Amino acid sequence: MTGSDPAIAIDVRGLTKRFGDRAVVDNVDLRVGRGRIHGFLGPNGSGKTTTIRMLCGLLVPDAGEGTCLGFDIRRDAWAIKQRVGYMTQKFSLYEDLTIKENLEFVARLYALADRPRRVGAALDRLGLSHRRDQLAGTLSGGWKQRLALAACILHEPSLLLLDEPTAGVDPKARREFWDEIHALAADGMTVLVSTHYMDEAERCHRIAYLAYGRLLADGTVEEVVAGSGLSTWHVSGPPDRIATLDRALRGQKGVSMIAPFGNTLHVSGPDAATLDASVAGFQGQAGLDWRRGDPTLEDAFIHLMGSVPDNFQKPAGAGGRAA
Amino acid sequence: MTTHAPRFSPARLVAIIIKEFIQMKRDRLTFAMMVGIPLIQLMLFGFAINADPKHLPTAVLSHDNSEFSRAIVSALQTSNYFELALTADSPEQLDLMLDQGKVQFAVEIPTGFGTDLMRGERPALLVMADATDPAATGNAVGALQRILDSVMAGTLTGPLAALAPTPGPVELRVHRRYNPEGLTQHNIVPGLMGTILTMTMIIMTALAVTRERERGTMENLLAMPVRPTEVMLGKLAPFILVGAVQVIVIMGAARLLFGVPMLGNPLALICGMIIFITANLAVGFLFSTLARNQLQAMQMSFFFFLPSILMSGFMFPFRGMPTWAQVIGEILPLTHFLRVVRGVMLKASGFPQVWPDLWPMLVFLLAVSVLAVKRYRQTLD
Repeated sequence: MTGSDPAIAIDVRGLTKRFGDRAVVDNVDLRVGRGRIHGFLGPNGSGKTTTIRMLCGLLVPDAGEGTCLGFDIRRDAWAIKQRVGYMTQKFSLYEDLTIKENLEFVARLYALADRPRRVGAALDRLGLSHRRDQLAGTLSGGWKQRLALAACILHEPSLLLLDEPTAGVDPKARREFWDEIHALAADGMTVLVSTHYMDEAERCHRIAYLAYGRLLADGTVEEVVAGSGLSTWHVSGPPDRIATLDRALRGQKGVSMIAPFGNTLHVSGPDAATLDASVAGFQGQAGLDWRRGDPTLEDAFIHLMGSVPDNFQKPAGAGGRAA
Repeated sequence: MTTHAPRFSPARLVAIIIKEFIQMKRDRLTFAMMVGIPLIQLMLFGFAINADPKHLPTAVLSHDNSEFSRAIVSALQTSNYFELALTADSPEQLDLMLDQGKVQFAVEIPTGFGTDLMRGERPALLVMADATDPAATGNAVGALQRILDSVMAGTLTGPLAALAPTPGPVELRVHRRYNPEGLTQHNIVPGLMGTILTMTMIIMTALAVTRERERGTMENLLAMPVRPTEVMLGKLAPFILVGAVQVIVIMGAARLLFGVPMLGNPLALICGMIIFITANLAVGFLFSTLARNQLQAMQMSFFFFLPSILMSGFMFPFRGMPTWAQVIGEILPLTHFLRVVRGVMLKASGFPQVWPDLWPMLVFLLAVSVLAVKRYRQTLD
């Protein structure tokens, strides 16, 4: 261990990765405390996967430095690999091996002592025991996800990197998965988890928001929402009136986002005074109920996304590689 | 009225053709191979393959120093079929040169050849040919009698012209060594062992690793603490076993179906086989580190396989190729393995005779392995 702060699991500064001439990850600073669940959010192609891959030594950063569990991410990839569990976005265990065979393979690679007991314990913990001899390729999405999680916590890592672990998994399985994540964190494991789901983001201790390779927000859910500076009105009424209002408000000064949620319309803008002035003229209409609302996390993210230019469009047609 | 099936649309056809061309253009390697392979292989094989090999290395052991024997030797030389590479001092040395494959022909001129000839006693000229590959020696042997006849016609002139009787003044004795009946199967069957091994070993390993990348399991493997050499050896080991099974099957068939003998030291053969199989596996592994998908891996395997088949002496006589092609051939492990197999099975070779072909395979294996491990990326970069 180097002399870094033992309370910090991930501490990287200026992390940058380019594919061709596009910076897929651009000067990202990230600190994750030990035992914390850190959510990692951002649109598709924003660099989440690339960042995670750099953290566990699968990609070499073009610039930046830092430590993962106190080990240098450039020099000590081997040490990091032994202490990190990485769950890939796409199922990456062997479909032509059974659940048990997959876990045993992983256990052998990490040279775990007492292999039968640990494989058995992992199977029990995730409720996979009765399916142990089923081929991984024949499992449904939810079971594959459980298996993948079982495989990456088998060697009892200190840090868990989960790349969109719940994509395509039903709500019940997602709920159980998150209960498991919280149980692991309670035992002292640090978790960095990328996701597109807002409800999952809200289950994290802290969240980081990445768009176009840049880190736009980092903090608790409340901090991120407050940091967006958005003010919001919620308007409810009959569907046809809502639709008419939606069209009328578009393009009005100070209105940056309009989103219908059933019979309610969320109207938001970055500046409260301008927004209020613009909507004032519509507030007299009968049959519509206007209330001040809180912006949601989703509102905050969409707003953040709109506030930065898309750096991927600059080198048009240049022969980069697909991320 | 019936409902129509949608009519064939040239516009949709064009759309698909355009899309295919775009994809083809994007896949640079495939594109390069489509253009490059026919060109390269045409050049390679068009110039390299020669079913009428000339300048075959020949050793001469002469016990006679008459003008006749000198005339014969120089006539052999000028015929273009024979190239006097070595001279031997004893029959044993002559045999060894033939055994080790240093020469294709050995000519022995007996003591008193000149005087016997003058006396009209029809002395014998002994020519031993390495006939493991009957195609390599056939034409040269056929030319021998003609060469002798013209030498005799040229030297036995004037008062000696009477000594040129019709059966020919010299008795030509040709010994076809190692494959006296000139059976093509005796040459082809051991050769097939090498080509089959090359084919399956390379393709299987090339695919085994590329498949991991294609299915996404490579990412997981790389995220775990494993060394490249561990992955490489772990991947190769099972195939060495597969190769051994193939060898047993082919050897059994060679013996039972084709009656190919096993005259030499089987241990030397096994030793050569292990080196050969491992060398091919290493090539497959190297390809898998270069290929991005299984199709590319297949293409590369064929790219290696064709020259192996055509330039190793399996299909066409090795010595029929020009020097530059022989140099390429000498690099290929199949070339050396064929010599080992044919040597052990047909020429009764043991370790001393096969060693000159074992070490080049070892060097090849080492070079390819180092390259493969270096190429194997521990990251996804």
